[in-house]
Amino acid sequence: MSLAELCLLVTIVGLTAYAVFGGADFGGGFWDLVAGGSRTAMEVRGLILRSMTPVWEANHVWLIFVLVMLWTAFPVFFGSVMSTLYVPLFLATAGIIFRGTAFAMRGQARTLAEGRAIGAAFAVSSVLVPFCLGAALGGIGSGRVPVGNAAGHAFSSWLNPTSILVGVLTVLTGAYVAAVFLAGDAARSGLRELEESFRRRALGAGAVTGLIALGGLLVLRSDARDLYDGLTSGTGLVLVLASGAIGAATLLLIAARRYEVARWSSAAAVACITFGWAAAQSPYLLPGELTLDQAAASHATLVALVVSLAAGAVLLVPSLVILYRLVLRGRLEEQFEPIDHGYQEPAR
Amino acid sequence: MRALAPVIAAVSQPELPGALGPTDQAHLLWARETQAMSFAFHIPLVCFGVAFPAIVLFLEWRYHRTHDDAYKALAKRWSKVMSLVFAVGVVTGTILSFELGLLWPDFMATFGGVFGLAFGLEGFSFFLEAIFIAIYVYGWDRIPPRWHLLSGIPIPITGITGSMMVIAVNGWMNHPVGFDVVNGRVTNVHPWSALFNPFFWHELVHMYLAAYMVVGFIVAGIYAVAWRRGERSRYVRIGFVIPLTVAALAAPAQVIVGDWAGRAVGDYQPLKLAAAEGLGHTEKGAAFHIGGYYSDGDVKLGVPVPKLLSILAKHDPNATVLGLDTVPARDRPPVNVVRFAFQAMVGIGSLLAAFGVVYLVARWRLRRLPRWPWLPPAAIVAGPLALVALLCGWVVTEVGRQPWVVYQRMRTAEAVTDAGGLPVAFFFLLAVYLTLLAGFVWLLRRLAARSPETELARPGPRMPT
Repeated sequence: MSLAELCLLVTIVGLTAYAVFGGADFGGGFWDLVAGGSRTAMEVRGLILRSMTPVWEANHVWLIFVLVMLWTAFPVFFGSVMSTLYVPLFLATAGIIFRGTAFAMRGQARTLAEGRAIGAAFAVSSVLVPFCLGAALGGIGSGRVPVGNAAGHAFSSWLNPTSILVGVLTVLTGAYVAAVFLAGDAARSGLRELEESFRRRALGAGAVTGLIALGGLLVLRSDARDLYDGLTSGTGLVLVLASGAIGAATLLLIAARRYEVARWSSAAAVACITFGWAAAQSPYLLPGELTLDQAAASHATLVALVVSLAAGAVLLVPSLVILYRLVLRGRLEEQFEPIDHGYQEPAR
Repeated sequence: MRALAPVIAAVSQPELPGALGPTDQAHLLWARETQAMSFAFHIPLVCFGVAFPAIVLFLEWRYHRTHDDAYKALAKRWSKVMSLVFAVGVVTGTILSFELGLLWPDFMATFGGVFGLAFGLEGFSFFLEAIFIAIYVYGWDRIPPRWHLLSGIPIPITGITGSMMVIAVNGWMNHPVGFDVVNGRVTNVHPWSALFNPFFWHELVHMYLAAYMVVGFIVAGIYAVAWRRGERSRYVRIGFVIPLTVAALAAPAQVIVGDWAGRAVGDYQPLKLAAAEGLGHTEKGAAFHIGGYYSDGDVKLGVPVPKLLSILAKHDPNATVLGLDTVPARDRPPVNVVRFAFQAMVGIGSLLAAFGVVYLVARWRLRRLPRWPWLPPAAIVAGPLALVALLCGWVVTEVGRQPWVVYQRMRTAEAVTDAGGLPVAFFFLLAVYLTLLAGFVWLLRRLAARSPETELARPGPRMPT
């Protein structure tokens, strides 16, 4: 394996981690958005807030990690992508700001109006950000980003069939993973009713995501033929099939209330797709324009980057393990309160 | 002419067009203003990331030693503020990461491989900081006290290493080393020597002391407001005295570091120094002008202090200081912006240093808090002033480097994106930042509205019953 391949591998691991952990946080916002106004909805929102609170910042850092990997190891790719896809990426950053702020403010709301305004900002941006990021990926995968400074089209580069498909799938995948995690959280805390409601959500979202992904292959076939060919042959095909199989198995696990295993297997299904995509595009980073080797930074840079990654991982991995263990064992503060700012039980 | 040699040699080094090709951006100024706005919002938060955790840990340590509840209540309250500031810093920092690519794609495409490593190390620091802040803030009264204090120690360390790496990149932009330019391409990259460039150390120390000044004076100012309202509890008193003392120690030390930074700028970037003073022509025994403005090669309406610039820049009253006319007009920074910012920074810095010394001496002589009626108001004003000085300092560094993004290697105009809509992006982001600021202030007020005693209450049941 060349150094460039190693750096790409690490980048995709980071992207997968962001898709799973960050995606789950966005998915929490999705469920918040569609929860409605019932008494259960208030409890749903409370559980989402509690589950996300200690970990969302750490989860978010994966995005920064991916950006840093890209601009250090593949600077020309980074510059070309950022300058062509500036509209969705700008919208994503704006969404990230609103989402982070609204999330921090959420627990402090005291009136119904405050709670609603903040909740709306949080929930809407939770859908906007993954859609924009997914649409940007779709633009790259369908070969709409040329090498150069804003050389591609400002709008059709991300408003096209592939981008919309990937954007929608990104939102749904996050919702699905979030539902799996939250069902597990609720079960661990003995909140039976919430567990059941997230279990239903997980099953529904999983099934819908799988169906759209299957149907999406037809979209790719007509809109991004090279990507489609890559996904339906060789390593790409193996990983796509693996993702489908693991995804189906995850649904069975959820049906059987085996949330701990489902947590891992849902993440594995996402990983198969991100790696499958990379295999399908190989050897290109920008299809038809820029190969991995052409995009790679100098040898000295890649060596320094790999050395730093190894050294950083030695510190990072144990720290992450500590955090997630403390969270999973309920050792950190986690008072559960439904978000019901002034909620009144409707008169019967 | 020997003094001119390094500058002329440096300018004759090849200048790069950028790996993505030439750009034709009509709105370069909007791109720069957007970036400046984002920095202006993020940098004060960085100060809190660097300096505040150390102060919070000091308070918790005092609580372990004295079992005085006021220390614990403050430490716990401040740790919540710390996590809030960190959360806002996470999002504003993310914007900055995106902006590097969205606004300056050619800069990143050309030099990302040279300085990107620093951001990788910064990323790790940031990640660790996020992890331990979560453990520290949500672990109060839940993990054993000794472990809780220990879990906080990585926070100031990672805050320092993280910002250190970002400052290393800024140092590199001001003094680019660690690569060669052959046939218009960056080659022979040495990422580690780029990282530890000679411009890095004084910028680093200067910024750290600034962080302690900004945080110390601002936090002290907030408790000074409560003090003036007549709240004379031990809680308010500690919240006032400790940060004030920290800032008062940092302020006079900053004068010495500022002198070091000024001389380093004079050595490596004589044009930035010339712009900061408004020195049109190279002079021996150059004067320093207080006030006034620069126009056509001279400072108008300023009060000259003979030979002071030579003393400041070279510690020699008769030293030669290079003027702006050593390079063609297109290679000069906008003089008045740099000069006003420099004057404001030095003026405020001197004032704060004097305030710090007076306070410390009185405190030491009296062995108690001086009962001057002007002390709380002075502390209230000092916070915003320190913030202004901080931002002015960054204006001197960043605007003073113009027209270059990478000093004498790449022009800012070559680095900028070719994308449209930059003015729209500026006003959109401005609205976003104002919303963010409003939300942040609202949150802090909500937090402050709770009585300190709530921080001492035992945690409630973990699960609903």
